[in-house]
This record gives sequence, C-alpha cells and structure tokens, in this order.
Amino acid sequence: MGTLWRFDMIKKHTSISRIVSYIFLILLAYIMIYPLLWMIGAAFKTNEEMFGAIGLIPKNPVFGAFAAGWKGTGQYGFSTFMSNTFLMVIPTVIFTAISATLVGYGFARFNFPFKKTLFYIMIATLMLPATVIIIPRYIFFKKLGWLDTYLPFIVPAMLGSFPFFNFMMVQFFRGLPLEIDESGKLDGCNSFVILKELLLPLCKSAIFSVIVFQFVWTWNDFFNVLIYISSVAKYPVALGLRMTMDISTEFDWNQINAMSLVSILPPVILFFAAQKYFVEGIATTGMKT
Amino acid sequence: MLKRSQKNYTYTGYLYILPWVIGFLLLQLVPLVNSLWYSFTQFQLLGDPKFLGLANYKKIFTADATFLQSLKVTFYYVLIAVPLKIGFALLVAIILNQKIKGINLFRTLYYIPSILGGSVAISVLWKYLFMNQGVINNIIATIGIPAIDWLGNPSLALGTISLVTIWQFGSSMLLFLAGLKQIPVSLYEAARIDGAGRMRIFFKITIPELSPIVLFNLIMQMINAFQDFTSAFVITQGGPLKSTYLYGLMLYDQGFKFFKMGYASALSWILFAIILFFTSLTFRSSESWVHYGDSI
Repeated sequence: MGTLWRFDMIKKHTSISRIVSYIFLILLAYIMIYPLLWMIGAAFKTNEEMFGAIGLIPKNPVFGAFAAGWKGTGQYGFSTFMSNTFLMVIPTVIFTAISATLVGYGFARFNFPFKKTLFYIMIATLMLPATVIIIPRYIFFKKLGWLDTYLPFIVPAMLGSFPFFNFMMVQFFRGLPLEIDESGKLDGCNSFVILKELLLPLCKSAIFSVIVFQFVWTWNDFFNVLIYISSVAKYPVALGLRMTMDISTEFDWNQINAMSLVSILPPVILFFAAQKYFVEGIATTGMKT
Repeated sequence: MLKRSQKNYTYTGYLYILPWVIGFLLLQLVPLVNSLWYSFTQFQLLGDPKFLGLANYKKIFTADATFLQSLKVTFYYVLIAVPLKIGFALLVAIILNQKIKGINLFRTLYYIPSILGGSVAISVLWKYLFMNQGVINNIIATIGIPAIDWLGNPSLALGTISLVTIWQFGSSMLLFLAGLKQIPVSLYEAARIDGAGRMRIFFKITIPELSPIVLFNLIMQMINAFQDFTSAFVITQGGPLKSTYLYGLMLYDQGFKFFKMGYASALSWILFAIILFFTSLTFRSSESWVHYGDSI
C-alpha cells in the first residue's frame, strides 16, 4: 500500500510539472519568435500601424515596401547589395570547407614532427581575440592593395585561418575508423585519393556544418565589412541596410523592415535546408557559440 | 601494421596542414607581434610608426576618461549578458531534456535567433521594437505600464542591448542538450536505487556531469562578449551618454575613425590582457567546480 501511494504521488507530480514545462516552452517559443513575426508583419504595415498597434497581422496590408525598398534610395539598391554579399560569401564558404577538410585530415591522420605543438597552437588561436590582430591585418591588407575588395575575406578562408572549422574537421576525422584508410592503402591509393574517394563521402554532415556556420557568420559579419569595404558599389547587405537606415526618414520604416526581412532570408533558408546535418554536426563535434 | 604505415607518411601531413601554417604565420602570429610593436608607437596609418615607449599606455591609464567609461560599460555588459545567457540556456536545455513532445520544433525555434542575432537586420529590428513609440511600449501600455525609454535612458540602454545577446541563448542550449544526452543512464538509475530525490540527482549528477560544457560555454561567451560590437554600434551608437560604449566601439573609433593605429593597438593589448586574465581565472577556478568524467 505504502509504495503504491508513493508511486501515485510521483506520477501526479510529474504530470503537473510536465504541464508547467509545456506552458513555459510554448510561452518562451512565442517570446523568442515574436520579434521575427513582428518584422514580417511590419513589412506589410503602413507606418502608422507599425507603431500604433500591437497586432502582428496588418489590418490594411500594403505591398509596396518590398519593391520600393529593393530599389533603394540612392544609386545602388538591394539587388547590388545582395549580389555583392553572395560574391563575398560563396567563395569564402567554399574555400573554408576545402581548407578545413585538408587541415583536419592532416592533423587527424598523419604523424609528423611537432604535430602536437602545432595542434596546441591551433587550439590556442581559437581563443585569440580577433580585436588584437585586426589593426595589423588591416595595415597588411592595405599594403597589398586589398582594401575595398573581398580578398580580406576570401584569402584567410583559403589559408585555413578559421581554427574553429579546422578543429571541427579534426574531431570528425578522428571519429572515422582507421580501417577505411587501411583498405584504401591496400588497394594502392595515395593519401589524397583515400581522402577524396573514401573519407569525403562520410564527411557530409561535418562539411555541411562548416558550410552553414561559415555562410551565416560571413553573411552577418558587420565589423569586418565595415572596415574593409568602403565604396557603396561594393557594399554587402549589412552595410547597405545600415546606410539605408541612416539616411531614411520616418516614412521609409516599412521599407527598411522589408529589406531586413529579405536580408535574413538566405541564412534562414540555408539553415532549414541543412538543418538535419547541421544539428548533428554540432552535437557530434560538441562546439561553439 | 597501422603504426608503421603511418610513419611512412611522415612528411605528407605537412602538405595538408600547410595552408593553415601559412595562414597562422601571416595572418595571426605576425599581426600579433606587430600589434604589440605598434602599441608602443605613434602610427597614423600614413607614414611610418614612430616609437613612443610607454606613452600610449600612460595616456590610456591616466588621461583618457572614455577608456574608464568604456571599460566599466564592458564589464557590466559581460557580467549581465554572459551569466544570464548561459544560465537560461542551461535551464531550457534541462526542461527540453525530459522527453518533451515536439522537441525538434522547440529546439529549432530557440536556435533561430542564434543564427540571426549578429546581423544588422536584427539590430535594426531591436531599435524599432524598443523605440519610445515602439511595439514593446505599446504592449506594456495595454497592461497599464507607462512608456519606458529603453534606449534613451542611460541606466536602461545597456540592458536593452544585452537582451539581443541573451536572446541568442540557443547555441549554448544545443551544447547543453548534447551534453545531457551523454550522461550515462546508469548513473541516474544507481542514484534512484539509492533513494536520491530529484533535487539531489540534479545537483549531484546532472550539474557535475555538465560542468565541462558550462566551462566551455563560459570561456567562449566571455571572449566574444568582451569584443561585442554590432548591436551597440547600430542600435545606440554607444550612447546615450556613452552608456553603451563597449570596448569594441572605442577600438573602432580610435583605429578606424581617427586612424590612431598605435593608440588603438595599445587599447587592443589591454583588452587582450583583460580577456586573458579572466579566462585563466575561470580555468583556475574550474579545478574546484568542473568535474571530468571518472565514469569510464
């Protein structure tokens, strides 16, 4: 009898705490997503409604904000800013994926002198604050004549200067069984063929994670584009959006909202497309912000 | 067999890591040394650096009121945003971990802000939400609270900026969730057999087992928070009355607005020292609170 009673109490306790949990989770989800829902609604609202009412769904929806905002106020509109962003982000992402794969493979599968030391150095640079090297880097790129180009983004990607991704790939390669390499060697493949033909097909989820992370980070990056890109013709969307906000009057608010919305779509779409691999990737490598 | 064949490849490994080695030397090590050197010079970008000795540092510590203000603001920001973000991430992860239906949906919804939060679009959005006539004030008006000057009041603005950071708790949450999944079920079963209650299990098993992830999150978030820039720059431009003038904004002003490269380098080394101090302090202290799995 006694044990039965206790069992009952525990069951009741869990079901109440379950309900409380669900209420909390749903409320939290609403709070988390509310700003984004508001942003979507506001892109279709008149300015009076944007700041007068609290409803998310516009009462008298207007559809002009997207076309007007896209055209922009000056010489260059968002078609320029968006294509600039892709011109900057896509090569950066591709080269990051390639360099991180090579470096990860190198550290995970080969023995060479000073490997441990080099690996520790790479881990240490994970924690090196970017601000401490930004000024000499800027001066270096200035001397090379790379200011106002996308090279300050693309070349570091080629040179594997994102230790986070290298580390992620090292961890991933370490999880793949060595027998795969062995069987390749028995077939007379060299190490590059082993990487390309045997290991790479197994790395999909890790490489997807690298691609999604790097795409989102470079797409959202503001500080670096602010210092490196100076001509409006080359502005990526982050700078274009801020410029539009600075020069606009109250009457353009829904246009800015519409363009904010457009500017976050590519990372969001990529995230949902690659979500399966992506979440797996973070979970398995156990990393980052 | 395996060991021997790996040894044959000894120098091949260098070929694969070569891009990183070059990148490390050219884009990290040399800049690090250079920025230390610049910090002892007067360097206006045009022309060569002129050696000044410790003059930059002396000026920063004795004659630069904005430095002290910015340092204060940055400490407040890190102290507010980082613990709240991590604490919240931990709380939500633990709730999500109890066989919740629709966990994937919740996880995704909570994570979305983390992939957008650093962007200018979100900063613009925040500005609109928290304006005087913005929607947040409209919402609180419906329950009778008078409008609050979220961004114009010097004692509130930093909190409003910190909300952008805390809103992005999803990434830390994912790490905690992954960590929770790795706690062996046998530990819980053993504790239950011993008659431990929920609270006891939480504090004696869950928290210690998660502590390495808490440490990792704490270190990474701290390093990032000390250098944060975008939201304060776009939403408040460091104002009002420099109440959101984060260290990153000061560095940007000195380096890329006034082009005082020497002075800015000195500022960046002081920030580096501060970050190093706090991360090593955290690592030190972790010996007493981080538990490294003795469970197999």
